[in-house]
Amino acid sequence: MILDDTDRRLLRLLATDADMPTTQIARRLGLSQPATWRRIRRLEQTGILGDRVLDLDLAAVGFGVTVFLGVKLATKGRVSLEDFERAVGAIPEVQTVEHMLGLYDYRLRVVARDLADFERVLRRRIMALPGVGNVEANVLLSEERLTGPL
Amino acid sequence: MLFACLLYMQKAMLEKVDRHILRHLQRDPGMGGPALAEAVRLTPARVSRRLDRLRETGVLKGSRRVIDWRALGYAVEVSLRITLDKTQSGSFDAFLSAARQVPEVTEIQTFLGRVDVRLSLVARDLPDYQRVYRDAVLTLPHIADIEALMTVATVKTGQGLPI
Repeated sequence: MILDDTDRRLLRLLATDADMPTTQIARRLGLSQPATWRRIRRLEQTGILGDRVLDLDLAAVGFGVTVFLGVKLATKGRVSLEDFERAVGAIPEVQTVEHMLGLYDYRLRVVARDLADFERVLRRRIMALPGVGNVEANVLLSEERLTGPL
Repeated sequence: MLFACLLYMQKAMLEKVDRHILRHLQRDPGMGGPALAEAVRLTPARVSRRLDRLRETGVLKGSRRVIDWRALGYAVEVSLRITLDKTQSGSFDAFLSAARQVPEVTEIQTFLGRVDVRLSLVARDLPDYQRVYRDAVLTLPHIADIEALMTVATVKTGQGLPI
């Protein structure tokens, strides 16, 4: 699918503020409301425009600590990746799991109430996962999202 | 004493309601006022007041749509873990403001740990990644070390916080 400039502007708007009413988006893009709807639907149908996600102040809802873990599997071959993925995916504090190629095998984004709570998650949940080897932890200090090459 | 106790109870109860609202909204951010009110068993007016307060106090910052870069033709997603040369003052800020100017960068995170900064970047294919890496990444200021990891697959994402 080929995107024109209006599509790109629409994607930029929705990627930063999905709460904006369609009337306002239409006005910003210089389009009619039905034309705006059609474009949004087309971007959804092609899979480019994904889910709407809530942006919460993590500390305010009780998660003061976010840690990125790089996990290296110790016994590749003996434990299947599927087993590891199923087990890690079931931990509520683990927000995202990515299979990586490089220094380690998986990157996990973990939320915890505080450092003591994080230690509990790490010891009781993460270190107990099947096949887990080396784990490297980096505590998140700041994070910003950019609109990327749109 | 009784008054303080009541106040405390009210506060705790209200918090529970807020969490309930946020849990529903997290599952479906597009949920309209009436549906949300029904789900949390409050009147629409009370839900709307709660939501206003959550926004005013900055708890609820808004919502955004996720862009699927693969569907847009960006097949390569790379995570660059960067260590900065901290012997020079202002290296962090100089690096961050230069990294923001690289169009292919989609996320910037700073850390306390072995790694200082992580950049997420997308590229159309490996030659395109090579170009971005050489022309835009290696030219960023104050880099002491870079490690690159490629995302093979996203196994779990956007499951929501266990509020």
